[in-house]
Amino acid sequence: MKFKVNGQEVYASTGGRPFDKNKPLIIFVHGSGLTHMTWVLQTRYFAFHGYSVLAIDMPGHGLSSGKSLKSIEEMADWLSSLIDSVGYKEASLVGHSQGCLVTIECTSRYPNKIKTLSLMGGAGAIPMNPDLLNLAENNDPKAVDLMMDWAHGPAGHFGGHPVPGLYHINTGGMLAKSRTIKDTLGVDFRACDNYKNGFDAAKKIKIPTLSILATGDKMCPVKEGKKLADLIEKSQVEIIDNCGHMMLLEEADRVLKVLKKFITTNYPSKFK
Amino acid sequence: MSDKKKTVDPNTYKFDTLSLHAGYQPHKNAGSRQVPIYQTTSYLFDDVDHAAALFNLERGGHIYSRISNPTVGVLEERVASLEGGTAALATSSGMSAIFLTVMTLCEAGDHLVVSSQLYGGTVNLFRLTLPKFGIKCTFVKPRDTQGFKKAIQKNTKGIFGELVGNPGNEIMNMPEIANIAHDAGIPLIIDATYQTPYLCKPFEHGADIVVHSLTKWMAGHGSSMAGILVEGGKFDWMQNDKFPTMTKPYEGYHGLSFAEEFGPTAFTMKARAEGMRDFGPCLSPQNAWNVLQGIETLSVRMKKHCSNAEEMVKYLLAHESVAWVSHPSVPDHPDHELAKKLLPNGRGSMIAFGIKGGKDAGVAFINNVKLASHLANVGDTRTLVIHPASGTHSQMDEATLKFAGLSHDMIRLSVGIEDINDIKNDFEIGFRAARKPRLVSNQ
Ligand SMILES: Cc1ncc(COP(=O)(O)O)c(C=O)c1O
Repeated sequence: MKFKVNGQEVYASTGGRPFDKNKPLIIFVHGSGLTHMTWVLQTRYFAFHGYSVLAIDMPGHGLSSGKSLKSIEEMADWLSSLIDSVGYKEASLVGHSQGCLVTIECTSRYPNKIKTLSLMGGAGAIPMNPDLLNLAENNDPKAVDLMMDWAHGPAGHFGGHPVPGLYHINTGGMLAKSRTIKDTLGVDFRACDNYKNGFDAAKKIKIPTLSILATGDKMCPVKEGKKLADLIEKSQVEIIDNCGHMMLLEEADRVLKVLKKFITTNYPSKFK
Repeated sequence: MSDKKKTVDPNTYKFDTLSLHAGYQPHKNAGSRQVPIYQTTSYLFDDVDHAAALFNLERGGHIYSRISNPTVGVLEERVASLEGGTAALATSSGMSAIFLTVMTLCEAGDHLVVSSQLYGGTVNLFRLTLPKFGIKCTFVKPRDTQGFKKAIQKNTKGIFGELVGNPGNEIMNMPEIANIAHDAGIPLIIDATYQTPYLCKPFEHGADIVVHSLTKWMAGHGSSMAGILVEGGKFDWMQNDKFPTMTKPYEGYHGLSFAEEFGPTAFTMKARAEGMRDFGPCLSPQNAWNVLQGIETLSVRMKKHCSNAEEMVKYLLAHESVAWVSHPSVPDHPDHELAKKLLPNGRGSMIAFGIKGGKDAGVAFINNVKLASHLANVGDTRTLVIHPASGTHSQMDEATLKFAGLSHDMIRLSVGIEDINDIKNDFEIGFRAARKPRLVSNQ
């Protein structure tokens, strides 16, 4: 569905069910250069089981208009405005990679609005490899190829997508190339690299928080994810083995199982 | 600064490795090194929730082997990876891959622009069968690049062609025709059966959907029928209102919009969820496995196919019984330069040549070769020959034959990977008979 946030048109997938303002809201926030489509194997479950789902395209990404936001702090404020724009007072947040930085910052800034936080492949800081940053800012498609290489675990490099017939690495790559690389990935990587407030933000978070980390994650290694989780008061960590940074696709079912249990326990819906 | 500065390069697996490994994880299959053959029709649900989740496309997985099967799934991922595509759907034959592609793209009242040099079966589909579904086609000669543009109508939903036309070896200018398609907001669909991704990856030259008859070079062994459609993932279905069945809510899945929900894999998702579900030309797991065995050696075989073909071209060009030779490796082939650009790893193993003495000589040649097999297939590891005017294209009248770039003296040769001298010796027998058709034919 399309709606406006701060006057700009935003696209969000509602997970295959109509958006229903009576149901509790879960917002999914994608990683650098990606789109709502990375969440297809998590969102539809919640949409079919009593929740309203918004898997958003950040400004300038996917089907959303406008320009990419330049800092994690701006993205966090924008996310809070998005909740207002769709007529909600509260929401549950789920983030992947850069989306974790955004949702951590948002939760620390708007503690009463956010009810649970789920982080996948998250860390307190995501300093970028300078070569990768440079390629992305120079609009070089190699940036996407490198990201897809590093973002998939050893098993993910062979494929074996949970949806029959889909090939991970090329699908992810095509998502990241769907708009101009320097305007999406380039801006996002710079925003991640610049963001220094993650650990301080984490200390302020008092809501139930889930961190899903993967043993083969080279971009946000388990060690970094745990460092962040240790700072959050009500934090729970789940580790997925034999999997890389793209856990939401590489091990979609295992990720969904953990997420399902966490959200239905901590943010139950009275709807079916 | 030292020039030794290390450049970072992605370490994703390369072509030869993907052809052996892509799409399969042994640790999820009891450690079985070889891909298991899941010879089953259906799959247990954990509980009712699991069943509902699969039917609602909430999660990936298998329900029923018409829709998907784990062995077939490995083949699909493998071909998608080799083509540089996002997703693929395997079918029971090349024809059903083409049919499902058209039915996923078009509705009654729609139109396609189609290259005139196609496999005879495909010509029949476009010329005679699709009109019965209300889908019309305009045929354009493969070299008439601007003709493709002129033939586009308001209701045109795509351009379709074989990169190297069959059997005349005329090459479509794929990059330019892709631009023409994209300027009109429609996809370019390429049948790349004759190339395999080893010779050409059409997505790198602007194609949006690739189809294959896997029956041919991809499998190589000539044991199994199979086809596949592969999606490039770049085409934007939402850029105009030409593709409502991709972009508007689909009643068959709770009002799902394929383009919104699945983006770069939307076409394959729709082809499976609707086309395969409702038409049902699914590939058997055994045949999928057979094709996988062939793909494991794709590069090795294609190299030998191409080197043998180039040897045969030289041999035929020098032969007294040969009137003309058509292969993109021949310097005066009109598409020689374009072939270098589009087929850098080899120009393929299909040769057409004219035999002196016309139709009778052709028949005598075919009837007398011993090693080369006379049959209606191409892309076998064994050398194959046919005389189209009396075989594959025999249902065509004189005018249609000419429009399809055929002549009565033409012999189509699919060069195998036998010892090259054995193939040449065999051809000598054929040519000798052709020079005296009345004496030795039909022995
Ligand atoms: C170029 C081409 N496309 C499609 C087909 C049809 O494939 P199948 O025979 O697997 O149905 C053929 C078969 O000869 C072919 O040569």
